[in-house]
Amino acid sequence: MYKLTLIIRYLLRRRITHFAVLAVALCVFIVVVVMTIMTGLVEDFKQKNHQFVGDCVVGTDSLVGFPYYEEFMETLRGTDFVQAVSPVVKSYGLLSVRGDSMRRGVEIMGIDPVLHGETTSFAKTLHYRANQPDRAFEPIYDPNALGCVLGIDLALLRNTQGQYAYDAQPPQVAITLTCFPLTARGAPAKVGAGLVESQHFYYSDHAHSGIAHVDGSQVYIPLEQAQKLCMAGTLKRVNAIQIKFRSGVSLSQGRARVAQLWQEFKRAKADAQDSFLLDAVLVQDWKEYRRAYIAPMEKEQVLLSLMFILVGVTTVFIVFVVFYMIVSHKRKDVGVLKSVGTSNVSIMALFAGFAFVIGCLGSGIGVVAAWLFLSRINWIEGLLFERFGFQLWDRSIYAIGDIPNHVEFHVLAIIIGCAILSCLVGALFPAFSAARLRPVETLHTGPV
Amino acid sequence: MDKSQVILKAAGVRKSYRMGATRVEVLRGVDLTVRKGEFVAIIGASGSGKSTLLHILGGLDRPDKGIVEFEGRDLNRMGARQLNRYRNEMVGFVFQFYHLLDELNVLENIILPTMVSHSVISWFLMRQMARRRATELLGQLGLKERVRHKPYQLSGGERQRAAIGRALMNQPRLLLADEPTGNLDSVTGNGILSVFEQLNRAGQTIVMVTHDERIAARAQRTIVLEDGKIRA
Repeated sequence: MYKLTLIIRYLLRRRITHFAVLAVALCVFIVVVVMTIMTGLVEDFKQKNHQFVGDCVVGTDSLVGFPYYEEFMETLRGTDFVQAVSPVVKSYGLLSVRGDSMRRGVEIMGIDPVLHGETTSFAKTLHYRANQPDRAFEPIYDPNALGCVLGIDLALLRNTQGQYAYDAQPPQVAITLTCFPLTARGAPAKVGAGLVESQHFYYSDHAHSGIAHVDGSQVYIPLEQAQKLCMAGTLKRVNAIQIKFRSGVSLSQGRARVAQLWQEFKRAKADAQDSFLLDAVLVQDWKEYRRAYIAPMEKEQVLLSLMFILVGVTTVFIVFVVFYMIVSHKRKDVGVLKSVGTSNVSIMALFAGFAFVIGCLGSGIGVVAAWLFLSRINWIEGLLFERFGFQLWDRSIYAIGDIPNHVEFHVLAIIIGCAILSCLVGALFPAFSAARLRPVETLHTGPV
Repeated sequence: MDKSQVILKAAGVRKSYRMGATRVEVLRGVDLTVRKGEFVAIIGASGSGKSTLLHILGGLDRPDKGIVEFEGRDLNRMGARQLNRYRNEMVGFVFQFYHLLDELNVLENIILPTMVSHSVISWFLMRQMARRRATELLGQLGLKERVRHKPYQLSGGERQRAAIGRALMNQPRLLLADEPTGNLDSVTGNGILSVFEQLNRAGQTIVMVTHDERIAARAQRTIVLEDGKIRA
């Protein structure tokens, strides 16, 4: 009982303990805010990539692609775990706008808009034809014209607050896409002056995936047009089949089953024409397929976590110093407590309990402060921008609307646990040395 | 001497401390017997080992050699837990510099030994009783008006009386006082000694350490400690 009483009194009357609480609160505040924002950004980025790709991809990095995809799609459709499949042609080309001298390299993505809408979030990313993927390539101003969907950053500019200036309907812009068609052997299909293939499209819509490099370089065109532009040969080819699993099917299970089906399919096609192209095909889940983009962010997150270990070490050191000072000032109290029968373990428990309370209080204050700050972070950032022109993330560059501020409770629990543990570790040595103090040494001196 | 009347016995107690490279022998074979209800003063010059002897008798320190028995039980054979219990229940300490805890008020300082010996639950069950006992002691010691005061708000004499209250809280069989008037003026010191005399008249065994012969004269028996030994 005396421990509780003394802990409360020490806490209320020793100003140095207020600094310890403040230090813990500050550390917790920083960790919660940065972890929330960073985790939010990474999770948001992962989710967008997942939605962009679907659950699984059967594909090749080769621009040549692979044949017999329709047969394999039928195989997949015949299973009980696949919900939707979408064949995709991927290539690179040159985009030019009629009446404009500018040319720019783009990523061409040939899709069946309906199938792609079923497999990915493509339908939701459209603006004028939102949730109408079947009409994605029909310009509103001329439904009979051959349309294309541009990544939003190819079509529109953003203001400093990240907002796009949308028109009521897409402007009538004629676009020319130029590409090198490749044969099954990977050679240019044509020679001489007619090396390239060009096709005119009309800007029918734009897609806003939220992934910067996709929105800034992707052009969606109908699958057949893409095959004509980018591939040559007797057999129709694609570069990937994107797959969406039924709900309840785990990523690893689904991927393994697709891989098994693919191996069987490949064996069955061993003697077919251009079957060597099937050897370059990989079955990957969306995380593996997009790892080149996700891994750096995850790496940054790991580095950040390592930096937070340093923050934790700092907390431990601050608590150590504070407790060392407290114990130094409270040597007499330790002697008195021992003279009235307190055990060494109880003395240790007193200071450990004190550290625990400091950890709990500091964490509590830090978490509440962080929660308040995060809940208003976008408002604060808006205010800073309005008043001082300062913007944490330039919305004209980064593909984020708001700064992520969703606090994960399990992350909070971990941070609080670590903060309390840090306090206990910091107080360990001073508490131990207090317990080992000989009362004779501390009681023989006058009041300090 | 009737063995049952002996409360405290020390035989051949030796204690030395290391001070840098040299070892200082503070007690060189102290023999001592205190009977129940006695008021004994141990007198000696500064550095003669009085406080060290008192700490050993109170179980705050252990001798290098020799035996200390309390009611026939050897303190050297007691484990840490038993020794803690001995200090909590059998002995009460009064120090020269009072050593009250600054964060606690007078009542809490007095109750401290009882709080130490109880868990949170048992404390809640008997806290009223403890408060009654502490209030009773405060009344006896003339501190009834100072219950909620902090140590720094008290005079030296009041602080020492509060310290005596703390020492008596658990009704110890032995009261050990280390220069209890050493930090007080003569009038206030006299008052403290009167308190000791009253307590002794009520049957309290007291062992007091002092360097002042006039103060020692207030005790029933005086033992002189010289060069770490009891002078015959």
